Amino acid sequence: MLRLEARPQPSQAMALVSPLIALVLTALMAAALFAALGKDPGRGLAVFFFEPLNGMRAVSEVLLKATPLITIALGLAVCYRSNVWNIGAEGQVLLGALAGGGVALWLTTQGIVLPKAVAVPLVLAGGVLGGMAWAAITALLRDRFNASEILVSLMLVYVAQQLVNFLVFGPWKDPAGFNFPQTKTFDASTWLPPLLSNTRLHVGIALALVVAAAMWVFMFRTYRGYQLQVGGLAPAAARYAGFSASASLWTALMISGGLAGLAGAMEVAGPLRQLTPHISTGLGFTAIIVCFVGRLHPLGIVLASVLLSMMLIGGELGQSRLGLPNALTGVFQGLLLILLLACDTLIHYRVRLARRIPA
Amino acid sequence: MNPSLRLQLTGVSKQYPAVRANDRVDLRVKAGEIHAVLGENGAGKSTLMKIIYGAVQPDEGEIRWNGQAVTIASPAQARRLGISMVYQHFSLFDTLTAAENVWLGLDKSLTLPEVVRRIVEVAHTYGLDIEPQRPVHTLSVGERQRVEIVRALLTDPQLLILDEPTSVLTPQAVDKLFVTLRLLAERGCSILYISHKLDEIRSLCQHCTVLRGGKVTGEVDPTRESNASLSRLMIGAEPPQLLHKASQAGAPVLAVQGLSLPRQDQFGVDLEDIAFDVRAGEIVGVAGVSGNGQQELLAALSGEDQRAAPGSITLFGKPIGDHSPRHRRKEGLYFVPEERLGRGAVPTLSLAQNTLLTRTAAVSRSGWVRTRQVAELAEHIIARFQVKAGGPDAAAKSLSGGNLQKFIVGREIDAAPTLLIVSQPTWGVDVGAAALIRGELLALRDAGCALLVVSEELDELFEISDRLIVIAQGRMSPSVPTAEATIERIGVWMSGLWNRESVHAQA
Repeated sequence: MLRLEARPQPSQAMALVSPLIALVLTALMAAALFAALGKDPGRGLAVFFFEPLNGMRAVSEVLLKATPLITIALGLAVCYRSNVWNIGAEGQVLLGALAGGGVALWLTTQGIVLPKAVAVPLVLAGGVLGGMAWAAITALLRDRFNASEILVSLMLVYVAQQLVNFLVFGPWKDPAGFNFPQTKTFDASTWLPPLLSNTRLHVGIALALVVAAAMWVFMFRTYRGYQLQVGGLAPAAARYAGFSASASLWTALMISGGLAGLAGAMEVAGPLRQLTPHISTGLGFTAIIVCFVGRLHPLGIVLASVLLSMMLIGGELGQSRLGLPNALTGVFQGLLLILLLACDTLIHYRVRLARRIPA
Repeated sequence: MNPSLRLQLTGVSKQYPAVRANDRVDLRVKAGEIHAVLGENGAGKSTLMKIIYGAVQPDEGEIRWNGQAVTIASPAQARRLGISMVYQHFSLFDTLTAAENVWLGLDKSLTLPEVVRRIVEVAHTYGLDIEPQRPVHTLSVGERQRVEIVRALLTDPQLLILDEPTSVLTPQAVDKLFVTLRLLAERGCSILYISHKLDEIRSLCQHCTVLRGGKVTGEVDPTRESNASLSRLMIGAEPPQLLHKASQAGAPVLAVQGLSLPRQDQFGVDLEDIAFDVRAGEIVGVAGVSGNGQQELLAALSGEDQRAAPGSITLFGKPIGDHSPRHRRKEGLYFVPEERLGRGAVPTLSLAQNTLLTRTAAVSRSGWVRTRQVAELAEHIIARFQVKAGGPDAAAKSLSGGNLQKFIVGREIDAAPTLLIVSQPTWGVDVGAAALIRGELLALRDAGCALLVVSEELDELFEISDRLIVIAQGRMSPSVPTAEATIERIGVWMSGLWNRESVHAQA
């Protein structure tokens, strides 16, 4: 019988190395999977871990994908540190995309051409408000009726997707779009300015990095951030100190909803430039993995976002170049998370072989 | 090897990852002997009992039961051998009756009516009065303990282990328990009595094994020892004496009037019409058996429960019943809760960060935390209250119970409160730290602060309080100056019987 025994002093060094070990283990298991699928493991690994970084253009695509992941995961980290389990960031992304995209679409259909410095912030602000509004439903139900925020936020993802479908199949459909479920392409004045010429990378990545720095300051240097952490680590201590649990709930959900909404707006005002039924391909869920691989720390989240977006792009490349199934990306994400949790457990506990004791 | 020994442990050791809980411990218990195991918290008493009861396996050493070498692999096997244990924290189901609870614990296939009959039999033999048909949640703590003891006795044990059995009892209930235990011993049952209360051990036990730091430091006849000599064996020094000068009580600081609160959870206690006051420069001690409304009262006073009518709690005449804990702190009311980890401090955060729970001088008006100033405050508290810690960055959970308590009490005292409320100031704290904390509380009183101390240790309350009040079943007794109180009288009050007494006094 195996038994877990708490280690007296968990190793600091191992805590930092653990995500790397998990990554290496994931790569090894990936290689085994490739072999089992009858593909060359070396070639498979190259597609996932090397091709996405091969050349400026490839790197720009990785960063483009990392932008929303960083933004969403930063907000989720605040939630998880506060013990608020918002797993419906995907829905908040969609509502941000709808609200931000709605602003852009309205400007476009009204023929209003504003200077970029006005139009883009308007679109992004719309996205933030949209995400906040969606998260507010979860916060309200939890605060008033003590409904589980896990269930509510998750269920609202599907509601959000139906709302997107309704709008792009219905009222917001482009009349000149051959009946495709999509809106008009937004006016160029609402597009996010590009960061590098000849790539799709936009200023959103810079914005995401600024948000990361701001989140670090918020969590570790402000009293509000401290209150959130205490509420997450020891609710009784927060009550004793007199921190309001409901204020913490609202703060955490507004921050994460707002940032998820911002990510949604950046997607539609960045690479997409219109609304379709496929705005977010699970970014809000991938961001949860990013959050934990990044140790709920802003710097870690930035690095983990780059890693996970490499794997997303690697998955797409694998489909087109090696004919690998689409599900493989999800499998790798799951593997990475499970292995990371396993590594973390082994930092805090050691496995002991216990004698089976006769009763 | 001595055949008349019921239980013999030789060289028993148990190593945990961080500590050696037992280090070559020898223990010899004769048949029909009441044998005390004395030691401070963390001395290794609990581990030793768990080894004897089969819940923990020793790393080395030999256990002999009635002369035979045995391996006690599980509590079930221990019970088959004839070893029973009554835990400090009861393991009873609140919604079942006493008889049903006993029935659940029995290995044998008896019917419920048979069990009831046997309970009545055993209860009668040993003078333990219990009503088998009553649901456990209607029983007092003392009655619950009797249910546990009866359950243990129904297995006809040859050895009964009692872990700190008196911490939940009134002094009168303790006397009753001792009568039962002596009767049991006369009938040949050996008793292992775990405690850190010297008076009890000296009056009850014939033999005493003293543990310190996992090692046996003495095997003595407690009836021939003094408290001081036992204490020397237990802590390696005599307990420091406190100087308790008479107090100069000033103006009322806290006044509670007509405070009634319905319970918040099913097994809580309703507070009924509570009234008392605390004056500047005095310590008011609140005695009572745990679970009689202390938790509920403290939550209402600290602001963790803000349902009280505003005027029912006043601070300097100002109604504060509905104020938040932060608001109350601004008015000078500070509070030390009984749970250190998780309530008084966040286990994984550093000491420096833990000062921010109640001390916000380092937070700027716009909400920024000045980390330098936070660390300096933690350093100051560590130095002023002699906290043994790795420094301001040490995690709260890395400190021993006594040192963390010194830090938390220090954090609140250092805030220069006008009213300090302390719950269980020295619970699970070693004797040295306890003396330091009591001394600091007295010093704070002499500086003019009003103090309310809630404790289950009557000795402690008598030592530091100027006045005593008793809480029982959610009601509060009138106050009595400590000088005029006796342990017996407070003990009667702890059963809720102060009204009868006052009627007698008038008659």
